[in-house]
Amino acid sequence: MSNEEEIQQQLIRQFPATEGKFRIQRARRIWVEVPADMLLQFIQYAKDELKFIEFCIITGLDEGENLGVLYHVAQSYTGIMLNIKISVPKTNPVVPTITHLFPAADLPEREIEDLFGAKVDGLAPGRRYPLPDNWPQDEHPLLKDWKPKATAASTEAQNG
Amino acid sequence: MGEVTVPIGPQHPALKEPESFDITLEGERVVRMVAKMGYNHRGIEKACEQRTYIQCLYLIERICGICSHSHSTAFVQCVEEVAGLQVPKRAVYIRTLIGELERIHSHLLWLGVAGHEIGFDTLLMYTWRDRETVLDLLAMLTGNRVNYGINTIGGVRRDVTAEQVAEIRKGVALLEERTKYYQQVAIEEATLAKRLGGVGSLSHEDAVRLGAIGPTGRASQVDRDVRRDDPYAAYGEMSFQVVTDTHCDVYGRTLVRVGELIESCKIIRQVLDNLPQGPITVRAPRRIPVGEAVIRYEAPRGEDVHYLRGNGTDKPERMKVRAPTLANVQAVAKMLEGNYLADVPLVIAAIDPCFSCTDRMIVARDAGGRKTGVMDWKSLRDYSVDWYKKNRGLDCSRIKLRA
Repeated sequence: MSNEEEIQQQLIRQFPATEGKFRIQRARRIWVEVPADMLLQFIQYAKDELKFIEFCIITGLDEGENLGVLYHVAQSYTGIMLNIKISVPKTNPVVPTITHLFPAADLPEREIEDLFGAKVDGLAPGRRYPLPDNWPQDEHPLLKDWKPKATAASTEAQNG
Repeated sequence: MGEVTVPIGPQHPALKEPESFDITLEGERVVRMVAKMGYNHRGIEKACEQRTYIQCLYLIERICGICSHSHSTAFVQCVEEVAGLQVPKRAVYIRTLIGELERIHSHLLWLGVAGHEIGFDTLLMYTWRDRETVLDLLAMLTGNRVNYGINTIGGVRRDVTAEQVAEIRKGVALLEERTKYYQQVAIEEATLAKRLGGVGSLSHEDAVRLGAIGPTGRASQVDRDVRRDDPYAAYGEMSFQVVTDTHCDVYGRTLVRVGELIESCKIIRQVLDNLPQGPITVRAPRRIPVGEAVIRYEAPRGEDVHYLRGNGTDKPERMKVRAPTLANVQAVAKMLEGNYLADVPLVIAAIDPCFSCTDRMIVARDAGGRKTGVMDWKSLRDYSVDWYKKNRGLDCSRIKLRA
């Protein structure tokens, strides 16, 4: 059994609800979908017991009704990446913070707040990222239904 | 003594790119730093969703002027994984070759900037002169000094000829010799050790906790390099050392980068020795199937992470890019604590934040402005030698650019 499969088996034993939600796409890439309320325990276990100590990034996904959030973490030396996906309804897009486990998640969490309108529960107060301070609070550019507004400058750039 | 907060940026002579740092001081010492990022946010991820994969490739290559090949390679690898393409071996070797030449150019640039930041401009002049060698090699191979445009989905766009291989060997031999000299300078020259030692310290524990990557992490003994741990392109077949250091300060970061220059030369020679024969590209579909992929790439500054989701059309559903500087910003805040205000530009420069680097113009217009033509490198050089002779009275024709 490969390392990837062993990791999968161990995670299924610990979290039976994730059975059938795994996908090993190729060597060193494990993808899994977990229920949103299980995320913290899942990441904590992966970090403490399976040594997924490298935090890579958080990716937000606009999936119509739902907001998908992908957490990419990796093991040192083996290079195995665990890509953990949760889904929350856009009507109540609350995800927990993982900054207590990975301090480097601070900016990526602010990013999904700004660009996808997620609410990160437990994130310490701080300046927004990456949009400017005067950007409207209810506009989230990476949502599929957001279109840039024509401004005087953009019209001039297009039409001369 | 009371605390004073000094705003640095978004526009400031010490910063090469717009970023804003609120630095709280007690006397001359930094108590804490709060960064506000995002001034360079150009909406590239959103723009990718509205462009075809080939258009995205050119856009993504322009995320950064220095590590453009890193981003484009990471992107094409994502697309190839989703589309299930088997890239010819010769193509991945050429990608590796360009990737390592790019690392040399980036690290030499950094070494010069570091020299400049501490007032050691001789080092800047030396390293940037030598950097011309690698930029010339890149221009010879790809047609451009930066933004090489060598990658395409399914392979590379230009092959490497036997004459070019000979030129690269010559250039790399020179670079390796020069790098060994810089290594000696870094170890023996008191100016560097005294000025850089103890500045911007980041303990191993903090580096791991805050997720510092690239040479910044490796200088704090974080033994982490995607080329070895999660090999891509031809790195699985290369033998090289991951350079780490125990100094944990700007001096350590200098030693790591100089060490990596030597390793890059080794990798380039292995690529040239083992360059497989065969095609350099496979035909890629215009529409990329439904699927997702995530790729890590060891750029000169640390690892790039690219995530791609395809939806069966010719445009990506979602494209996500993480550049290494983002991961190192928190480490910078930690490094600055307790340092002098005067060291702030040096410490920030020591993570090698991504600067913009402009391309060189090679299309010339005649006086009437109608005729255009492409100048090759030799005529462009002759033109500049002439220009200086006529306008400045300087005779540069005897300066040898390559030994």
